[in-house]
Formats: sequence, structure tokens, C-alpha cells
Amino acid sequence: MNTRVLPLYATLLICIIAYAACVFQFPAMFSTRVAGNLLTDNAFLGIAAVGMTFVILSGGIDLSVGSVIAFTGVLLAVLITRYGVHPLIAFAIALLITTVFGAGMGAIIHYLEVPAFIVTLAGMFLARGLCFVMTTDSIPIDHEFYAMLQGLFYRLPGGGRLTFIGLLMMVVFIIGIVMAHFSKFGSYVYAVGGNRTSAELMGVPVARTTIGIYAMSGFLSGLAGIVFSLYTSAGYSLAAVGVELDTIAAVVIGGTLLTGGVGYVAGTFIGVIIQGIIQTYIVFDGTLSSWWTKIVVGVLLFSFIALQRILVFLSLKRTTATSGG
Amino acid sequence: MTDKPGLLTVEGICKSFIGFKALDGVDFTVRSGEIHALLGENGAGKSTLIKVLTGVHQPDSGVIKIDGQAVNVRDTQHAQNLGIGTVYQEVNLLPNMSVADNLFIGRQPMRFGFVNRKLMEERARELLAQYDLHLDVASDLSRYSVAVQQLVAIARAVDMSGRVLVLDEPTASLDRHETEILFAILRQLRARGLGIVFITHFLDQVYEICDRVTILRNGKLAGCALTAELPKIELVSLMLGRTLAIATHNTRRDRPVPAIRQFSFKGLGRSRSIAPFDLDIGEGEVIGMAGLLGSGRTETAKILFGIETADTGHVHIDGNPALIRTPQAAVACGFGLCPEDRKSDGIIGDLSVRENISLALQAQRGWFNRLSGREQTVLADKFVKALDIRTTDIEKPVKFLSGGNQQKVILARWLATNPRFLILDEPTRGIDVGAHAEIIALINRLCDDGMALLVISSEIEEIVAYSTRVVVLRDRAHRGELSGDEITASNILGMIAAEPEGASA
Ligand SMILES: Nc1ncnc2c1ncn2[C@@H]1O[C@H](COP(=O)(O)OP(=O)(O)OP(=O)(O)O)[C@@H](O)[C@H]1O
Ligand SMILES: [Mg+2]
Repeated sequence: MNTRVLPLYATLLICIIAYAACVFQFPAMFSTRVAGNLLTDNAFLGIAAVGMTFVILSGGIDLSVGSVIAFTGVLLAVLITRYGVHPLIAFAIALLITTVFGAGMGAIIHYLEVPAFIVTLAGMFLARGLCFVMTTDSIPIDHEFYAMLQGLFYRLPGGGRLTFIGLLMMVVFIIGIVMAHFSKFGSYVYAVGGNRTSAELMGVPVARTTIGIYAMSGFLSGLAGIVFSLYTSAGYSLAAVGVELDTIAAVVIGGTLLTGGVGYVAGTFIGVIIQGIIQTYIVFDGTLSSWWTKIVVGVLLFSFIALQRILVFLSLKRTTATSGG
Repeated sequence: MTDKPGLLTVEGICKSFIGFKALDGVDFTVRSGEIHALLGENGAGKSTLIKVLTGVHQPDSGVIKIDGQAVNVRDTQHAQNLGIGTVYQEVNLLPNMSVADNLFIGRQPMRFGFVNRKLMEERARELLAQYDLHLDVASDLSRYSVAVQQLVAIARAVDMSGRVLVLDEPTASLDRHETEILFAILRQLRARGLGIVFITHFLDQVYEICDRVTILRNGKLAGCALTAELPKIELVSLMLGRTLAIATHNTRRDRPVPAIRQFSFKGLGRSRSIAPFDLDIGEGEVIGMAGLLGSGRTETAKILFGIETADTGHVHIDGNPALIRTPQAAVACGFGLCPEDRKSDGIIGDLSVRENISLALQAQRGWFNRLSGREQTVLADKFVKALDIRTTDIEKPVKFLSGGNQQKVILARWLATNPRFLILDEPTRGIDVGAHAEIIALINRLCDDGMALLVISSEIEEIVAYSTRVVVLRDRAHRGELSGDEITASNILGMIAAEPEGASA
């Protein structure tokens, strides 16, 4: 079997075991209600994590995600509440800005050969700073279009609600999976993450791909910002602090190698769901501090990185045993 | 032949890297329906010329013409669209992607806007079947050996070359059989009217398959002739700018068999890797290790050096038992290993020549007993001179050296540790004829100085030239040993080719 898929299976297994354990303790967790909420509550995280998966697959990192989400939220609130712009137009403006912002970072990373870590760190400060320039208050959004979108849901059997934003996340994941595995762009992403020089010599358009990846991450962060804004009905400069780290955690737990070139978008979905399950468990328990989420995620991260190292080591051993002269 | 049109022509190409002139007014023409050898010493500028042709580098001046029309090759993708397929010297492909992906990336068959994986894998299988390769094309490229990866790279380039195919040292890691297959395909392509550029350091292959040769020396054009009209001696002197006595034969001295052999390996083996073997080697001996790729040569080296731990057997050094389970332990016992796959196992591209050379010695000394900058410089200078490493200065990052010169740097790294027992895995691969002779001379000199050497090589003549004993491997086992007058090319070949005992292979 391909050792590359192992982390994915391991994640899936852990996810199932975790869920089973939760259900064992709180049978109420086995319901479409909980499942629906799981999707709704993590929709913005999931959408941003899809973008992060592409970035990490290409061997990069995007630290600006959380700030861009907050930026989008504040921008929407300002446009809609202060200037009376229709939400749809505000959405379009926000997505345009965040996509261009991402593409700009990609261009700097590629043409100036600055590490992605540095460029997106600067992007993180910049986007957060722009939030404060617009406003320091939390601005509520009260618009009938928002209310309409928030009221939109599909009733699952058993009383659960598949909300608009939950569904949107699923759609983004499906598009992400198709792009990663069945589009030329996807193959270029893996190629750049595998070996940038080789990719270049093989005729992969590295510049276009790098810019595209960060533009995509910017776009999806913007979309996550819209979802976050729908979820909270407000824009606040200090929102979504550290979300980029949660998305990175989801991506790594989902089996994607931080060094790039290896991983699956579907794994990231499971990574997001695992984080959601832990949170739900804490809510059900009622006595645990929500910081336990972070602790469990930390432990999971450690074990996954260790697992991946072991697998890489094993597969190296195997190739040396079968090759050579 | 001379009236055939120039398919790809370059005129007056100049290319400098930070003040260093790698190409200086080079003219070069590939005609339709010919195989054209591009020859020259390590660092002569062959690979640079290829990279200028294919858009990796932009020339400082000069023109590139395709079918008589001047073109400006923007990047590698543009070159591919112009019908130029290339295998670069430092080809690594994408180890994390599937074989099929590697063959078709950038030009995957599409259906409804999506990559049609099934069709792609089917085509990949068909393509590789021409090379007698039957792989699981859906699995990762990294699962396969260097030789297979090389063939995949070639298959990719051939499949993409509508007009011109460029191969930069494609045969360096191929065995005889694989080379034959490649040559058969090249002949077919030639008959179809492609122009083929073939870079190699194996002069025999030049005479076997090439119609014309162009020779570069120090970035300048040194000559261009029909292969049939250029005797080998002249070819070599055009390359080197001096005559070289290609007398690599019979440099082996009839040494008396050493009374004690300091290094003794008994029954070392590892299941599924190499059958248990005995090996004794004394100071001043050179053991040549012959066998086909995949016969267990590299595995032997890895076990001796502790990269792979042996399941069975024990080691004695100077009569005392020794435990070698890690490369560190091996180095502490005075071992050195110059690995086969230097691209991935050896070179650290961003470090300078000086740092790369001092690395192993520093590691041996321990990190707290630092080599001073001056000591490193002295060391590096010494080896740059001894091995004739062509570099502008020793502070140049190694990745900017030519392929052959990078290999010399790795060789220097291990020689610098002054080991008692040195294992060289394919030390002359990718190294030009001049340096080749120097390395053989060096092996003889080291042996005179009392070092014990184990040299793995695919070149039988070379093994004959320096070995005091020869071990022959086949099917992952040591099959026999030759010494003294038994060491002849035909004897070695005979043992390599012998029918396997027992029915299954
Ligand atoms: N990117 C670069 N920067 C600086 N110098 C370079 C660069 N690329 C090549 N060179 C220099 O140009 C010269 C020619 O190198 P090139 O790789 O073309 O040699 P080559 O003929 O292919 O040799 P070999 O047979 O060893 O592969 C070398 O001296 C090398 O150091
Ligand atoms: Mg070269």
C-alpha cells in the first residue's frame, strides 16, 4: 500500500474513535443536530483550511489568514452598516481585495524570493492594522439579506440543520478536492511542493502557480471572513486571532506534510471535524475549560508529526532496499 | 549529410555568471536526422549551453534559430512548445508524484476540463513499455531506483520532443541493457528526422551512436567534426587542449599479498538486501567490485559503512571485534564512503566549495573542535588543486559548479578525512576523460600510501586497471573473487553474466 495515504487513514480512524467515545459518554452527541452544528460552527475554519492546504502542499505557509478574516469582517460591517452598501456588493468588494492581496503576497514570494513565512507574516500585520484603521469598535450588521442567509437551512432527518454556511464549506471542500487531484493547477501545486527546481525545469509555470496559490488562499480567507461575518453578525478588529494556526493544525492533523508535496484536501476536512468534535465534547461536558481544545489539538499535532516522520523514515528504508546498484 | 538543413542553430552565444564567462561566442548546429554529441571537460559549458537553448538561462548575446528563424526562448515551457524535449543533467523529477504524473505533467489528457487519470495512466504504461519498463504508473516515482527514474525522465523528454531532443549525460546511471534500449529508440527518432543532442563522458558511446561531435573547451568552441573522421586521440586532445596517454591498462602492480588484512568482515548480510558475504581487506589493497546495477554493490557498501545494519555477521579491525551499526561508528573506525547518488546523498548546494570539502573532517573531529577558517582554506586549496576542481574560487556555492566538478568536491570531502578504509561508489561517473585518468592515478597513489580501498564501478576496464583483487556480484550475492593475473575484462564479464545457479533468479 501507498504509505502516503496512511496518515489520512490514521486521521480518519482517530476521528471515528473520538466520535464513538464521545457518543459512548454522551449518547445525545449521536444526532444530526450535533453534526449540523459541527459544520456550521467550523464553516469559516474549514473554508480557510482548504486554502491553507494548497499553500502547505506547495511547500509554503500563509500566516495572514486570521487577519484577513477579521479584515473582511470589519470591511463588510463598515460597508453595510455605515455606508449602506448591499451585502452582495460588499461581498464582491471584499473578495476582490483579499484575492488581490493574496496574489500580491504570492508575487513577492516568487519574484523577490522572500520566504513565504516572512511575507505572510508582514501580510498578517498589515491586514490586522488595516482593521484598526477602519474602526476599533465592534460594528454589528443588521440587514435583511443577512437575516435571510442566516435563516437558510436544510432540515436533516432527526431535526439537525444543514445551514447555508455549513453547506458552503462542504461545497468549498469538494471543489478543493477536485482541484487538487483533477486539475492541472492541482498537479502544479504538488509539483512545486515536491521540488521547485525540477518543476521549473519540467516546464511547470512556477510563477503563475505560486501567485495562484496565494491568491486562492486570499480568496478563501475572504470567503471565510464572509462566513464568519454571517456567523457572528458583526465585524470586530480583534476577531479570529490565531485562526491561521488552527487551520495549519487542521491541515497537519489531516496528514499533509509541512514540507510540502504530500497530502490530501479531504484529510484537512477530517482535521477540522476532529477539532470540532473536541469542542463539542467540552460543551457537552460543561465543566472543562475550553482550553482543553488547545491541549488536545497540541497532543494530536505532536503525535501526527511523529507518525509522519516514522512513515517517511519507513518508506525511505523501503526504497533503499529496492533500489541501488 | 552536410546538405541537411540546420534544425536548431545557435550563433555567437555568450553567457556570463557574475563575471565568469561560461560561454564565449559558441556556434552550434543540430541538423534534422542526426545524433550530435556535445563534448568537453567538466565545466566546459555543455550544460550551460543546453540551459541557454531551452530557456533556463537567457544568453547575454547571440541568436538561437529554429528552422532558420530567430527565436527568443522565454522559459522551459516555451522550449517545450517549440518541440524541444530535454533531460537535464541534474534531473530529479518529482519524487512525490506518481510515475504517470511525472511523464505528463503540464500536458495531461483532459476530459470535461479535468485531468483524465485513467487515460493518462494508460498512455504512461504504453510509453514505458517501449523502454521495457513495466511499472505501477500510479505509484510514487520515489519508489523506483535512480536508473528507472532516469529512464522515466528520458521517456518524458522523448515523448515531448517534436523536433529536437536534448540529453545531458543520460546514460550516467544506466546499465548496459538500458543503454541499448535507449540507443535503439534514439536511432528510431533519428530516422524520423529529429535532431538529437547527446552529452556524455563515455567516448565509446559517442563512436557507437553519434554522427557528429561538437567540442567545447573553457566555454569556447574547440571543434566540430563528423565522428567517423575524428580519431579518438584527436577528440580527446581537442577536449583537453593537450594530449593524454589513455593508458589506463596495467597500472596494477603485482603487489605481494599482504600478510595481515586489517579489516575483516565475516558473514555480513541483511535479508532481502544482500546475502551474507566475507570480505577481508588489508592496507595497500584495492578491491574492485563489479556487477550489474541492482546486483547488491551499493547494498554491500551500505552495510560495510553502517548505513544499513547487518542482520548477521561480525567485523574485526586489527584483530579486535568492532561494532558498526551507524555511519558515525564507521567514521570513528577510520572508514569513509563516497556515495553513489551524490545528488541526494552528498552535495549541499548552498554551502561553498570550502565548506563542503571540510564537512566530513569537521564531523569526525566533533563540533567543539572547530576547524578554523584558515585550516579549511588550506584544505580546500589542496584538494581543488589535487583533483583539478574547476571553480572560480573556493567560496563559490557548490550548486554553481558543473556536475562533474560537484562530484570531485564530494570525493575531496572523504579524502580529507584521511580514512584508513575508503569505499568509493562509482567514483568516475560523470567525470571527464582527463579527470578520469587523474582519479585512477589518485587511487593508485592512495593505495601506495597504505590506504585500503574498495571501489565499486560499472566500468570493467577501470576495475582491471587498478584492482589488486576483484569481487563479482550477481543477484544480491557475492559470487566470486579474482586476483592477480585472473583479473581481466573477459573473466569479470564472464562471472557477471554466468547463469545463476539454481532455477529461480
Ligand atoms: N548558475 C551558475 N552560477 C555561476 N556559475 C555557474 C552557474 N552555472 C554554471 N556555472 C559555471 O559555468 C561553468 C560551466 O558549467 P557547466 O555546468 O556548463 O559545465 P559542463 O560542461 O556541463 O560540465 P560537466 O561535464 O561537469 O557537467 C562551470 O565553471 C560552472 O561553475
Ligand atoms: Mg554538465
